[in-house]
Amino acid sequence: MSTAGTIIRTAPTESCQPWPRHKLLGEEWRAMAASLGEAGAPSLLALWADTARVYVLLHDADAAGWLVASTSVDDGRYPALSPRRPSATWFERMIHDLWGHEASGGRDLRPWLEHGRWPVTVPMSLRPLARESPAEPPEFLPVEGEDYHQIPVGPVHAGIIEPGHFRFSALGETVARLEIRLGWLHKGTLALMRGKSPRVAARFAARLSGDTTVAHSVAFARAAEAASGTEVPPRAAALRAVMTELERVANHLSDCGAIAGDAAFAYLPARFGWHREALLRAAAVAFGHRLMMDVVVPGGVTADIVPGGTEAILRALAPLEDELPELIRVYDGFSSLLDRTVGTGIVTPALAGEFAAGGFVGRASGRAIDLRRTPGYPPYDRLAFEVPVQQEGDVDARVRIRFAEIGASLNLLRTLLIELPEGGVSVPLLLGSGEGIGWAEGFRGDIWHWLRLDGGQIAAVFMRDPSWLQWPLLEAAIHDNIVADFPLCNKSFNCSYSGVDL
Amino acid sequence: MVWRRVLATLRHGPATLPAARLDDAATRRMADRLEAAAQRTLGRSLAIRQVDAGSCNGCELELHMLNSIVYDLERFGLRFVASPRHADVLLVTGPLTHNMREALLRTWIAMPDPKWLVAVGDCASDGGVFKGSYAIAGGVDAALPVDLLIRGCPPAPAQLLNGLRTLLEANAD
Repeated sequence: MSTAGTIIRTAPTESCQPWPRHKLLGEEWRAMAASLGEAGAPSLLALWADTARVYVLLHDADAAGWLVASTSVDDGRYPALSPRRPSATWFERMIHDLWGHEASGGRDLRPWLEHGRWPVTVPMSLRPLARESPAEPPEFLPVEGEDYHQIPVGPVHAGIIEPGHFRFSALGETVARLEIRLGWLHKGTLALMRGKSPRVAARFAARLSGDTTVAHSVAFARAAEAASGTEVPPRAAALRAVMTELERVANHLSDCGAIAGDAAFAYLPARFGWHREALLRAAAVAFGHRLMMDVVVPGGVTADIVPGGTEAILRALAPLEDELPELIRVYDGFSSLLDRTVGTGIVTPALAGEFAAGGFVGRASGRAIDLRRTPGYPPYDRLAFEVPVQQEGDVDARVRIRFAEIGASLNLLRTLLIELPEGGVSVPLLLGSGEGIGWAEGFRGDIWHWLRLDGGQIAAVFMRDPSWLQWPLLEAAIHDNIVADFPLCNKSFNCSYSGVDL
Repeated sequence: MVWRRVLATLRHGPATLPAARLDDAATRRMADRLEAAAQRTLGRSLAIRQVDAGSCNGCELELHMLNSIVYDLERFGLRFVASPRHADVLLVTGPLTHNMREALLRTWIAMPDPKWLVAVGDCASDGGVFKGSYAIAGGVDAALPVDLLIRGCPPAPAQLLNGLRTLLEANAD
């Protein structure tokens, strides 16, 4: 077992479902942080806080276990994880901006979500302070060396895209460094969820990232159900999976189209867009909303699939199943398209492992991680499906993983719809107090939600979108590529801005 | 491979769902009216610059569908452009975050007159579910005057098309 795993497992626990939370003393946390550089150390999945503590979710591959640990914040500080685990950096900056806890020894202490624009500072701390000083321009990493030029892009980009800032340092056409600055979409979502019942707060989970509204709603609902000891009926679990897979296919379709579109190949986005629209219309028929927003709630789903809904979805799937192999052959048949995608924007398996990247970003770089399989959750535990993995880590691999996942999801959808269990679709959420972790495999990858209920209301919550661990890899992927290939790389990642801006 | 498919498409007619499947008569009337109105004010076309001022990206997904072959926005003379310098309409989604306020204002200022502002989605209307947050200024009208509001969470592409037609009509009078 890893050193970090041993330190955490020997610490006393507090109740948290389904995995107990280990309470580490400051010294133990520091030792755990220091051991994260060792070979075989656990993966960091999430780092978050509340007003008094900092929490971490790790995956220990050795012992095939997930570990939850926390430590009390002492005098506004806690030992940083980022010196040994760079993927903790953005989390530490976020924690500092929202709660005011400083990661002592952290690699990067610059503001992240905090742009100097809110009327208060440390908005989620016990005592937010009124802002006194005006906003200052953000500080970017310095560029050393001659002949480099900088290309600042955003927050407003050239298309229908979320806002974010990309700062390229380039030598001629070649990108020497990309620095990403986000936070423009910060809506104070976590603060709005506090003090609300899970049923009411579900509307915020559904709007953390609109393209993942179903999967985030599932992860949130499962966290609330774990914390309150509620078990949802099998039919509700199956309907959630139907919606999750529809969402996955719809997003993969638009991504595959958009990537080809960024290589100026108009035929594929046209066809993929057509199929996406057919799926969205079927979703609207079956569940009353094109994106299936607010249908998944703690305790189950708000309404059963309408009569005829199953047929509507199957009718939309059939032409896609027919045409998909041919569209993949079209992608394969154009050397001018493959020339843009093959070998572009490579993420090595080692780096993907260090950042514990999930979804197509991880799977295109050798990581066979899928929460539907491990740790699993209903109804996927009774279903067989393929989890495609490639080693190349380039734009092309991320496209091909999506192709394969569309196929796998279409099979899953057929099975799910034909074998829908009978019965109710919701149960009342048991009121009470408790702590829980929920997860779901969204189209981008592993989604983790944590919350603590106090008397039926949310006392603290955190929602971790897969993009937290994928955005930094985009910075690495574009290194040594040409500036003009950035849109292609970016599309192949399609990270969520809103999902990490909270 | 692709040529065979293109030939098949030509044989079967365009994949663009004729607006007919939704409501043929209404869509054709809309196209006619839109063309007439756009001609009077802007010479057959209306260029739209979109800014996400805090959206969850749900509205963006549906705006993207307008560019798909299913809705084919350009057949109405409407198109999304990359630069505010080229735009007649600023289309804004999301509750207005304090962090995006300046970027939104700068985009608006960069647009030439005459120009219109369309707020899209329930959040852009008044902040939506995010109303009251420390990070949110409110709806888009907290920063700029709104000419047209298209509600919905998110509004479907057909609603978006309808809304943009309304703007043209109102300004053609």
